[in-house]
Amino acid sequence: MNRSGTLKESPSQTAGPYVHIGCTPNLAGLAMYGGDLGAVMKTGPVQGQEITLKGTVYDGDAAALKDAMVEIWQADAAGLFNSANETRGKADPNFTGWGRSAADMQTGEFVFDTIKPGCVPFPDGRLQAPHISVWIVARGINVGLQTRLYFDDEADANATDPLLTHIADEYRVPTLLAKSEGGGVYRFDIHLQGPQETIFLDI
Amino acid sequence: MASDLPEGGYLPRDRAWQPDALTPPYKTSVARSPQAPLISFPTSLGEETSPVFPDSIMGPLDNDLILNFAQPGESAIGPRIIVHGRVLDETGRPVPNALVECWQANAGGRYRHKNEGYIAPLDPNFGGCGRTITAEDGSYEFRTVMPGPYPWPNGPNTWRPAHIHFSLFGHGFAQRLITQMYFEGDPLIPLCAIVGALKSQAAVDALTAPLDMDRTVPMDARAYRFDMVLRGRRQTYFENRSEGL
Repeated sequence: MNRSGTLKESPSQTAGPYVHIGCTPNLAGLAMYGGDLGAVMKTGPVQGQEITLKGTVYDGDAAALKDAMVEIWQADAAGLFNSANETRGKADPNFTGWGRSAADMQTGEFVFDTIKPGCVPFPDGRLQAPHISVWIVARGINVGLQTRLYFDDEADANATDPLLTHIADEYRVPTLLAKSEGGGVYRFDIHLQGPQETIFLDI
Repeated sequence: MASDLPEGGYLPRDRAWQPDALTPPYKTSVARSPQAPLISFPTSLGEETSPVFPDSIMGPLDNDLILNFAQPGESAIGPRIIVHGRVLDETGRPVPNALVECWQANAGGRYRHKNEGYIAPLDPNFGGCGRTITAEDGSYEFRTVMPGPYPWPNGPNTWRPAHIHFSLFGHGFAQRLITQMYFEGDPLIPLCAIVGALKSQAAVDALTAPLDMDRTVPMDARAYRFDMVLRGRRQTYFENRSEGL
């Protein structure tokens, strides 16, 4: 590819099976840093609807990945990011927007205690449906996988979302929808292969 | 190089340069590689922003793996090294305030992890993790011990070259990257199936840190230099901001 950039991005390599040592050391049994980064997304009373996201990453043999690590990044309830490069306003100071969850080493389940994000505008002015950016790494994954989580109870917003309406294979869109299980709990299982293979993004 | 043009969306990841998802000699990739094409989509605010990692969360020993897990007065066993470099983006600009996390095996090739079964012993004074935040010029530095190579069950007699894992978080979620650093001259590099996922010698070289005698501390620690590059942003006055895709 002809690129005007002067440097090549560093090539990615797998996170391997011991990603916990570096990214969630306390979970790995190393008492370090006074806690794991991304373990807590709510640092005080937060605005908006508090929710719990749960899911499991499955491989092509329908086996749960017990060594995956998932990160999420999202806006607050008003659609603002708690970020140095958020220029539209000040986000909820008690909500970091960023979570990191290592899959449970016995079950493979990841969990995030977060909030339902507000709508964020697309560059062309259209509103995007509430969504969360998701990044998945694990042993056997050479380049971290990017996708998005939308909500199955936001049908109206989803129907006009710039990404969801961009997907030609409509039957695959449900792979991006977290399913409400009631009580503020949503399930978002990620399938790396197979008939339910999650849509992954080159974004 | 850096320019004064406004910043647009992130440049797409160069998939012709990055490893493919499916690299059969690395056996675990076979069942863990997506098979449908990735859906291409431009970045927007959710990919162009990132959380704040203030310097204040960093402890004074967070980037010193020789001491950060050691008992008082003790230190990790192994060849003492400094690993340093800069984090830049594809346009050549430094990336300050990036979160750099690293993890590695000890000098004997043993990780401190419950799923690790290698016969080599743990070092009671070595945890194997470090972290730091890049400076204004994108620079970072760790002090550690040289990790040992170790066997892994990809094949009947397969060994990982000595390596340090790096996780990088720059200014946009689109830049999120995990990679591994190898050491110049390690004969295991060309034998490794994970290294083999890289598509060119240039890509292998990009992850191979050379000895850096200029930063070596005499009578104390050798130094290796490892620069890392994150995705850059498009620079143009004609960014696609009003008329849609």
